[in-house]
Formats: sequence, C-alpha cells, structure tokens
Amino acid sequence: MHPIITKIEQEQMKKDVPDFKPGDTVKVHTRVVEGDKERIQLFAGIVIDRSGRGLGQAFTVRRISYGEGVERVFMLHSPRIAKIEVEKYGLVRRARLNYLRNRVGKDAVTVKERIKAKVKAKA
Amino acid sequence: MGLGLIGKKLGMSHVFAADGSMVPVTVLDVKGNQVLQVKSASGKDKYSAVQVGFDDQKPSRVSKPLLGHISKHSGSPKKHIREFRTSEEVASATNSGAVIGAELFPPESWVDVIGTTKGKGFQGVVKRYGFAGQPMSHGSMMHRRPGSIGCRLTPGLVWKNQKMPGQMGHVRRTTQNLKVVQSRAAEGLLLIAGCVPGASGDYVVIRPAIKNPAARIAKSQAAKANAKGPAKKK
Repeated sequence: MHPIITKIEQEQMKKDVPDFKPGDTVKVHTRVVEGDKERIQLFAGIVIDRSGRGLGQAFTVRRISYGEGVERVFMLHSPRIAKIEVEKYGLVRRARLNYLRNRVGKDAVTVKERIKAKVKAKA
Repeated sequence: MGLGLIGKKLGMSHVFAADGSMVPVTVLDVKGNQVLQVKSASGKDKYSAVQVGFDDQKPSRVSKPLLGHISKHSGSPKKHIREFRTSEEVASATNSGAVIGAELFPPESWVDVIGTTKGKGFQGVVKRYGFAGQPMSHGSMMHRRPGSIGCRLTPGLVWKNQKMPGQMGHVRRTTQNLKVVQSRAAEGLLLIAGCVPGASGDYVVIRPAIKNPAARIAKSQAAKANAKGPAKKK
C-alpha cells in the first residue's frame, strides 16, 4: 500500500481501542440516530470473529436474544461505535468461534475464562 | 468548460462519512500542477485554453524546444503536459507559471476522471464480452468459443462490430460524475468517491464533471418537494 494511503487510514483509526480477542465478552456502545436525536444502544455478547486489517478491521459479536441467536458485524474504527467495553476474557483455541452457532442453551453463551493473572501480566 | 488537473492514482482506500457510513475512495496525488501556457480567443491562438504540466522532470530529460517553451512561461520541466479548453474568463484569470492543485476541486464537487484502463492482453469472448461459452462437460468438445458469427449467403458477410477475441483493456476511458470526498490542498491530495480507470501509479486527468450532476440532483429534489409539498401541508 502507498505510504500516503497508510497515513490517511491511520488518521482515521481510533487510538483507544481495547485489546480483545475472539472468545471475549464485550459490550459495544453504538450510536443510533433517530430523526434528529442520537442515543447510545448497547449490544453485548461474545466476540466470535475478528477480521480485516488497518482501517478495515471488523469484529463479529454473537448473543442470544429472546432465544434467537443474533450476530452483528461492527467496523472497529467506525464513528458509529462510541465505546467497546471488555467484560470477560475468554480462553479459546480457535480464531473463529463458528462452533458456538451449533450450541444450544447455556453452552451457547459460555466460553472458558482466561485466568485474570495471565491477562494482567500480558497487559 | 473548466480548468482541470493531471494527477497520479495512488490507490484505493475508504473513509468514514459524517453519518458513519463507509465511502470507498480513490486517492489521487495532484501536487505540483503548474500552468505552462494560457491561450486566449482574442490572442493569436483564436481559442481559450490552459496548458497544465504535472510531475517534475529533470531538465536534461526534456527536449530543448520544450525547455524553451517552459521557461518562456516561467514554469519548470514536467513529465506530463496537457491542455484544458476553458472559457475565456477562466483563461484570463489564470497566470502562466502559477501552481494549481487540489483547491480547484472542493469537497462535494463533481469531477470526471480520464485514464488508461488496465491492460488484460489478448482475450477470448468469454472474458472480453461476457459470452456464456459452451458446456465444460457432457461430451461437449467446444468450451469457450464464440460460436456462430453470422448467417449464410444472405447477407454473405460478417457484420461490422461483431464481437470477437482481441485486445482487452489498455484503452482511454472516462469515468463521469465522481464526487470529491476530501480535498487536501496542503498535501496535494484528492479523495474521490468510487474508482477511476488505471492501475495504481498511473497518470489520470481530472476535470469538472461536464454533465453537472449537482444541478440535476437539485432539480430532481425540487420536483420531489413540489410533488410532496401540498400533501404535507394539509
């Protein structure tokens, strides 16, 4: 990629994005515009995928809403995302947690937790 | 007809618009466009135009006659020189030797971009014209051929413009009605929504859109407002 394009993309990239991986449980604060008003909507769930590089980075969050699995793909650097909160760190052995789609009940929303000490030591 | 620029395609990227939507953009380098001659309808040229040069070149790589022409108009040697036919007012407002750039096209303005498309070489009709071709299997021994190219004794010839294999790409093409997303005069960059002909690093010509889409959009919106207006008032 041309260095000038890299620079243009870096200008737009957020600098305060928390470090999270597939398996982590996150709360995504999205900006929703209704008419003239803007409000924050929450979408909480497990990150099952992180894709793309640079400005095009995206992540998929899966949750079970009223018994129905719902997945949303967010652009990591989109101005529509106000904030990303990491609730829990998960311990998984896959980069894409598509196997959660085949799970039912409690298994569908639980991922083994990463030990906090390890997470902190890393940070 | 307005003054345009010569630029270099740097590549594509995307930017987030104010409403959060993602806009694909082509980044064009237009730094260092210089006016090398101004022609006037009232002068000896009998028509008005502005000659623009882009991309600095070593003086030793430019022919002596061209060097003479450039120094006469207080410019510096350029790799690419092109003329834009302009209205008399635009031409008379432009000085030769002046450096012009991205400020010529502010954000939200509309442009046409002219370039040379990527060459694909000698291609068959399936790739070149999107012919369906023939079955790959079931005993078919004819796969990507054009098939019939005409009739029999009547008309007894193959019509002109019959689609056949041949060179694909590497032709001059104009992409019309592209919107300028960002215009960075200081850096000499233009960010244009959508794609433009050619590969990264190719030279392109940017001119004001001749179809004037801004006026057309305004007209259609006005028509819509008129149609809706009375119903809303009630």
